[in-house]
Order: sequence, then C-alpha cells, then structure tokens
Amino acid sequence: MGDVLAAESTTIGTPALNIAIFAAFVAVTLVITFRASRNNKTAADYYAAGRNISGTQNGLAIAGDYLSAASFLGIAGAIALYGYDGFLYSIGFLVAWLVALLLVAELMRNTARFTMADVLAFRMRQGPVRTAAAISTLAVSLFYLLAQMAGAGALVTLLLGVTGEAAQALTVVVVGALMIIYVLVGGMRGTTYVQIIKATLLIAAALVMTAWTLALFGFNLSALLGGAADQATAGVDVLAPGAQYGVDDLTRLDFISLAIALVLGTAGLPHVLMRFYTVPTAKDARRSVVWAIWLIGIFYLFSLVIGYGAGALVGPETIAAAPGAVNSAAPLLAFELGGTVLLGIVAGVAFATILAVVAGLTITASASFAHDVYASVIKKGDVPPNGEVKVARITAVVVGAISIGLGIFALQAGLNIAFLVALAFAVAASANLPTIIYTLFWRRFTTQGALWSIYGGLIACVGLIIFSPVVSGGELSLFPTVDFAWFPLRNPGLVSIPLSFLLGWLGTVLTREKPDEPKWAELEVRAMTGIGAEKAVAH
Amino acid sequence: MTEIKERRLLTPEEYREAQASPEFQELKKRFRAFAFPMTVAFLAWYLLYVLLSTYAPDFMATSVFGNVNVGILLGLGQFVSTFVITHLYVAHAGKRTDPIADEMRNRLEHHEYAPGTRGTGSSFDQGATRG
Repeated sequence: MGDVLAAESTTIGTPALNIAIFAAFVAVTLVITFRASRNNKTAADYYAAGRNISGTQNGLAIAGDYLSAASFLGIAGAIALYGYDGFLYSIGFLVAWLVALLLVAELMRNTARFTMADVLAFRMRQGPVRTAAAISTLAVSLFYLLAQMAGAGALVTLLLGVTGEAAQALTVVVVGALMIIYVLVGGMRGTTYVQIIKATLLIAAALVMTAWTLALFGFNLSALLGGAADQATAGVDVLAPGAQYGVDDLTRLDFISLAIALVLGTAGLPHVLMRFYTVPTAKDARRSVVWAIWLIGIFYLFSLVIGYGAGALVGPETIAAAPGAVNSAAPLLAFELGGTVLLGIVAGVAFATILAVVAGLTITASASFAHDVYASVIKKGDVPPNGEVKVARITAVVVGAISIGLGIFALQAGLNIAFLVALAFAVAASANLPTIIYTLFWRRFTTQGALWSIYGGLIACVGLIIFSPVVSGGELSLFPTVDFAWFPLRNPGLVSIPLSFLLGWLGTVLTREKPDEPKWAELEVRAMTGIGAEKAVAH
Repeated sequence: MTEIKERRLLTPEEYREAQASPEFQELKKRFRAFAFPMTVAFLAWYLLYVLLSTYAPDFMATSVFGNVNVGILLGLGQFVSTFVITHLYVAHAGKRTDPIADEMRNRLEHHEYAPGTRGTGSSFDQGATRG
C-alpha cells in the first residue's frame, strides 16, 4: 500500500488524467448551461429556474447541493481515521432532513417567491426583517463558501500535482471564474443541471467504490469492520465512539454542540431553502425532499463502507501522511482499488462537487442581495423589470470574487473542511431556524422577536466562534500566536441556538407591537393550502 | 382551475374567513398532530443516540455479532428510522391533509370564502373525514 505511494511524491495517480476528466465535466456542463440560458428571461427564471424543475430532478439537485466536498472527502476520511466518530457526522447531516421535510419545505414553497426573507418578512415590517434575513443569508453562504474553496485548494495539492502557494491560488481563481460563468449564464436552471449531473456522477462513483470494497471482503460487513480494526492506529478503537471526541468532558460537550448544530442547521440553510422554489408545487417540494433523503442516506451508507474500506485497505497512517491528510482517504482508496483511472474519475467528481456547490451558494447569496436588499429595501419595490436580475448578476460576480479571496486565505490557513461546514450549519441553526419556526407556527410572533432572534443568534454564534479555540489560543487555531479565546467549545451551537429561540420569544413578549392578524391569516392559509403560491413559468 | 389564469387576489377578509373555517382548523390539527410529535420523537431518538455515543462508549462497543457492535447497529437504526418517518409522513400527507388542502385551495380560487358566501362549508365535513 505504501509502496504505490512513493513517499517523496506529492501527488498520486496521473495529474493529466485527473485534469482531463475534470475538463470533460466542465465542457459538458458548460454546453448544457448555455443551452439552459436560452430560457432565462424573468426573475423567476433566473432565481427559481422558472419553477419548472420536477420533484425528482430537484431531489437530485438538492443531493448535489448537499453532498459537498465535506461530505464526500471529509466524512470518508474521518471514518478512515477515527472510525465511528466520523459516522456520527453523517447521521446528523441525514436526520436533519426530517426537520426540513416535516416542518419547513412545503410551507415555505407555498409562501415565498425567491428567498428565505420572503417568508421571514411576510407578516413583519418589511425593511428591517428583510435586511436581517439577507445579512444572515450572506453570512451563512460565505461560511459555506469558505469551506468549499478551502476544499478546492486542498484537493489540487493532492490530485493535480499543483504545489506552491501561487499555483494553488491560481487553481482557486480558475474554480471561482468557472463558477461565476455557470451562475451568470445559466442562472438557477443552469446551476440546477450542474447539480444534477454532479450528484449522479458522485453517487455512481461511490456505488462503484462501495461494491468493489465489499466484494473484496466477501460482502461481509463484519469482515470489513475487522479489517479496519486491524489496520487502526494502536490504541484507537475505530469501531466504538470516542476516538475523536471522547478525550475529555470538554470534547464530549463539544460533540453534543456539534450534533445539535448539524441536526438543526439544514432546514436553515438558505441555499437549500431556495431549491424548494424551483419546483411547481408544494407536493413537488415534498417529493424532492423525499428523493433527497433517500439519495443522501444511501450515499452516507456508501461513505461508511468507503471510510472503513480506506481504513482497512490503505491504512490510517498512510492516509494521515498523504498530502491532504484526512481528506485524501477516498481518493487513496480509489487508487488502491482501480488505479489511476478510478482515481481520475473520483478526483474529477470531487472537483465537480466543489464547483456545483459553490455555484449554488453564489446564486443564493446574489439573489438575497438583489431581491431583498436592493429591490425591496433600497428601491422599495420600485425597480424596472430586469433591474433586479441585473443587480443579481453583478452581485454574483462580487460574491465570486470574495469567495476567491476567501479561498486563497483559507488555503493558506489550512482550515479543516468538514469542520468549517459544521460552523456554517451552526450559524444557520442559530440565526435562521428559530425565526423560520416561529414565523410559520406562532401567531403572536412579531418584528421585534424576529430581529432579536436573527441578530441575536447570528452575533452570538459568530462572536463565540471568534472567542473560541478555533480562532486563537491553540496549536490548530487560525492565529496560533495570540490568545483571546475564552469560550471553550469549538462549535457554538449548544449556546447560540437555544439563545436565539429564547431571544425570539423574549423580543415578542416584551413588545407592545401587536402581531399582524390579517397577514397571519394569509400566511397560514397560503402555507397550508397552497392558494396564491407562485406558479411555474410557461415557456 | 384552468380558467383562473388571471386570478383576482384574495382579500384579507377571505383569508380570515378561510382561517376561521372548521375545515381549515381540521387541516391544521391533522398537520400538527403528525408533524409536532414526530419532530419531538426523532429529535429525542437522535439525542439519545448522540448522548449514548458520547457518554456510554463502552455500551456502544458491546459486540452483537462478529465485529458489529451496538453502536454500529444503533447508527444504522438512525438511517432506518429516517427512511421510515419519511415514508410515514408522505402517507399521512397524502391521506389525511392533501384532500382538505386541495379542496380548500379549489374553493379559495373560486372565492367561495368571500364574506356572505359562507354556509356552503358543510360539505367539507364529509371530505375531511374520508380516508
């Protein structure tokens, strides 16, 4: 195993082949994006793909959006190195979808037009609540973008043989530029097609690796687990919980905090919510979540096999020593199984993953700025027909440029991908989810409650991250040389999520402002029956 | 429904009237009677699993057969319960809430909840109880 990976080499496989497969994906998706752009006329086309995406297609696109590089590389790697504790991540990511299915997806599809703020501001004072929702949308999207761009940087080192900071930065620029083209040209429809293709490739590649790995162990799960346990680093029990988080009371508490953020974060992710607006009806939104749950669940089961397979066949020491460390488990297993060809395919798919997710995030951030801040707050709804989309396109370029900058920064800081994604989930669960739940289900909820909950959750979450060991005071911190950390947990969810729920309630009971009863009636009736919901665009 | 392409927007009175109607209250009750307890249940089951993994690793490491232990089985159990709840929800929605929602939407599109037109709502009691 170690011998195929010449120790002095910084790459595995054939970079030329990896690049060729990636280039083929880019070429195919660009053609499709250009074809899709012919129908992009109105704002509903640009933001919501004309609401013409079918439930099945949208389910695949949601899976494509959700199964980011953190899922594919991060979880498999965590299972390979820490065993069971990596598995815990995937369970949180999956169970979270039930919150979206049962409480959020259909009701939001019925009430909103383009963005999360459409629902949150529905029965509140428009200006302040829209602004708050747009700010938290941008915050979550930027955290998530940071994670994806850091992933892109880590991948190049491993797979394309690109070394040196300048060359890596150039790769991030190329990824960013491609993503801007997808979004500008294709809008939501183009982005959706990219997600669908990527999800199909990703799940197919994972299926091949899973079947192959299982075949090597005679389709015996117990034998696979035994193989991973035999190869495990001395003293690490990869089959039981605790290898990563069971060190002391603080890491245990940190794990609970992470688990809560994962399960409550999904239904507050703006780029996930926005996908519900691309289907014609609430029933299609339901169908798409059902598809997404099956696809994502099956993919995580594959990840379990791939992770333990990498542990058993490649070995945790080899993985930890490889460039890209924990994130390299899945590519290394692909190389072990199918040589340079399978590795090239997996590498190409991993890149496609990042590209697709980043495009989805960019369109969400740009829609929120153009629709919520520019059209609704600054222009008070008085914009020419195409003015809003024009602003959205400009914003997409700006967001793309920012994410390129963030990516280069994250690359040099060497941040862990899965961990950064977990922080984005914490921000979403703190700033967005409480307000969404209160808005949809609590008659008395008021503007002040919404503002306290959004800003309180956002500030508490980001503030606690800043004063946590993530940013300063530890060897692995962003700024290891200074120490201003006083909050002990690396994930703030345990504190910031309950606090945001509390603030939403407190802000509501402490105001003399009366809830807007007619608007509440309209929201409830529209959400539950689908009357007045935005219709699909006919072409 | 096709003739209502150019739909007249509903008035606030119509929404209030629809919200106050017994069929809407029934729809809401049925939706919440499933979604709320189920949310509490799956969150509790998830938290139990997380707490066991965190504070009872020895229990989770108990072997069941071969190298498969309690922790792996409970973890796979989370997958199974997620798939099962998804299926139950779809079945519940299709049978218990969709019929009322569809019927109400149709009537709302025909402005049957406009003030002065009430009293025809009794047919919903039958629609609401079937299935």
